[in-house]
Amino acid sequence: MKVFEGLKFRRRETAIHRLDPRTKFVVSIVIFTLALVFTELPFLFLLFMGQLPLIYSAKVHREWGRSVRGGLTLTIIIFATNLLVGYFSNGMVITEGLVLYSFSLAFRFIVLMSSFSIFFLTTSPDDLSLALQQSHIPYEFCFAFTTAIRFVPVLANEAQTIMDAQKSRGLELEKGNFLKRIRNFIPILIPLIVGAIRRSLELAEAMESRAFGAKKERTSLYLLRMRMSDWGALAASGLVLASALYIRYFVGLSRLPLT
Amino acid sequence: MIEVKDVYYSYPSGIEALSGVTVTICDREFVAIMGENGAGKSTLVKHFNGILKPSKGQVTVDGVATTKESVAQLSRNVGLVFQNPDHQLFSETVEEEVAFGLRNFGYRDKEIDERTTRVLDLLDLAKYRKASPFILSGGERKRVALASVLAWDPKVVVLDEPTVGQDYRQKERLRQFVLKLNEEDRSVVMVTHDVEFVADCSPRVIVMSHGRIVGDGDADDILTDEALLTKASVLPPQVTQLLWQLSDLGLPRNVLDLNKAKKLLDNVMGVRTGG
Repeated sequence: MKVFEGLKFRRRETAIHRLDPRTKFVVSIVIFTLALVFTELPFLFLLFMGQLPLIYSAKVHREWGRSVRGGLTLTIIIFATNLLVGYFSNGMVITEGLVLYSFSLAFRFIVLMSSFSIFFLTTSPDDLSLALQQSHIPYEFCFAFTTAIRFVPVLANEAQTIMDAQKSRGLELEKGNFLKRIRNFIPILIPLIVGAIRRSLELAEAMESRAFGAKKERTSLYLLRMRMSDWGALAASGLVLASALYIRYFVGLSRLPLT
Repeated sequence: MIEVKDVYYSYPSGIEALSGVTVTICDREFVAIMGENGAGKSTLVKHFNGILKPSKGQVTVDGVATTKESVAQLSRNVGLVFQNPDHQLFSETVEEEVAFGLRNFGYRDKEIDERTTRVLDLLDLAKYRKASPFILSGGERKRVALASVLAWDPKVVVLDEPTVGQDYRQKERLRQFVLKLNEEDRSVVMVTHDVEFVADCSPRVIVMSHGRIVGDGDADDILTDEALLTKASVLPPQVTQLLWQLSDLGLPRNVLDLNKAKKLLDNVMGVRTGG
């Protein structure tokens, strides 16, 4: 459940928090794209280091650290899977290149995860919804999207309570063979799903009783406006993306002193 | 016997929910834990069967530290009934729901059947034996949850907010039932905001506030202690409030029992009309 910590928004007053959500989204996408384009470890490392100033200036390093630690298990799985697949398809030999390659794929996952982490940690769900609306996405979709995000921590909490309740009835979650362990999750999943369905029905009723969708044309009290800092951030990330792509496809990595 | 020794507990979010709690729940004792929202009541009882382990200090059940055993093992002796039944009901029938715990503890089919029958009769649920727990009303679901824990007969029964969503008649039944459990040599611990219910049961009362125990004693003393109750935002029982407001007539301030209050009032009225 710790992974979700990295998606929980914390209200803070920093330059990063004040950026337009659309700008932050573009910056995150740029980092995301760069991480996908490069598999070379030095570049991924550079990308990772490049995120640190953003994280520290937004003062979300503790939450970010928690989500990275939470994702560590997945990272290890990615590393192990790549290593295993490479091992078997390579004729049962482990080469230095293979280890390096598996490692960089795992590391890439951390970079991808933290790019999203920065976005969600510094963008309030309201801002996000506003950004979607102003991008002319139908309000129903915006609402569904933000509601889904908002309910992640609620659901995580509820899953914990349900696990506690079933353990209190003698359920040993960590015992038994593989099949038994999977069966152990039935008493957790059913209350969780039933609860989610019940809640969504209640939410729908509550919304309808507050006249959701009464008016086709929605107006907004707050409007998002791009500021100089936004344009600056956009220009900078555009520049980084363009030069990185140029180096990748036209110059070639081998000519750089880096590798 | 549950012994809590100088226990501190902080949630992963960093909030300290218990700050130095020391308390002992003896065998065959009947205890109500009260206090404002967020006082740490639920956090405390979740230590009794090891769902939460102390950040500092120690909790022992019959001399064994809760850190040494799994929640499932500890639950055999300490049965915790959660506040919201929807957090645990998942079976196709009420019968299966009750049998779930018994199966986990390794009872045989014959005994599971016997125990299920007994506990369903006890809680007036026999007619729903083959029904799905999901079609029952809120109060009935709560009783199914209770039955599913009582089925294996734990020595200590912990009830988190048992009276929520129960009408007066069900509450009265619950009271009789809880008293009976206690008479049958079980410890009963309940966490509740329902001061009238506690006054009617008249157990030992522990009052918590801001993660500490601020009061511990007989219901008669605790529920009539104005300063203490204000501190823990607990409203005194109505009978007590009435007598407080009539204290200029020389009525005592520490009365909880309705019959006793009636007698006192009769006396005062008698004196008035007589004189």
